[in-house]
Amino acid sequence: MSGRRSRSRQSGVSRITEDQIADLVTKLQQLIPENRSRRSDKVSASRVLQETCNYIKNLHKEVDDLSDRLSELLESSDGAQAALIRSLLM
Amino acid sequence: MTSDHIPSLRNPSSIRTRLAHRFVRALKKLSMDRPSSPVSVSDRYKRYRMIRAAAYASMASSVGPRRAWARALLRKIRNRKTGNISMKRRGVRTCLVTKRTLLKPRDHREMGSQQENSLRGLVPGGEEMDFCRLLNETGHYIKCLRAQVKVMKNIIDLYSN
Repeated sequence: MSGRRSRSRQSGVSRITEDQIADLVTKLQQLIPENRSRRSDKVSASRVLQETCNYIKNLHKEVDDLSDRLSELLESSDGAQAALIRSLLM
Repeated sequence: MTSDHIPSLRNPSSIRTRLAHRFVRALKKLSMDRPSSPVSVSDRYKRYRMIRAAAYASMASSVGPRRAWARALLRKIRNRKTGNISMKRRGVRTCLVTKRTLLKPRDHREMGSQQENSLRGLVPGGEEMDFCRLLNETGHYIKCLRAQVKVMKNIIDLYSN
């Protein structure tokens, strides 16, 4: 992106460069819905990580809820739904 | 032809397609296994768990072993399965896993280690990755979770109509 902040405060100790990490964090940020609209790149990395965690938790919860609904549907259905599923595989 | 019902099946090259196929196949198996008699609460809970496990399993197996999170997830599922059958094997495997998780993740003070640690807890196999890898795998894991959610929603929509 444009105008990276200077990162001279610390000599590179690690194998991983800060630029690499900044790139990865930016990519991650673009994946999170809350951040997509917000164009500013002033969001701190730890903030991005926090929002990433929340987003993953939400997705996990969604999978839980959908699994529950699916198990209900499978239970209530007699053959017909199973046949539908089967037809999807053809 | 029937694949047109699920939009994701129209594009054969996507992960979502493979994922949908695997998940539907797993559901089919589950729906055939179900008892015809009225199910108890514990049966229902069991089925819920099985469907959820099938969701994660189809995610991981459609991605394949090239991704660390998928490998870790498959390992976890396999451990759980073999745990029911043979206690001996499980003992050996969990030993290996705990040894690996003991390796401390690299300290990255800029990121705020608290968030980093919770992210490691959320991404399968996250404890074993270096920080770059963790960020990389997280992105891919999120994309796959989204695909899985989409597939499940599509199936439910089909059911409800």
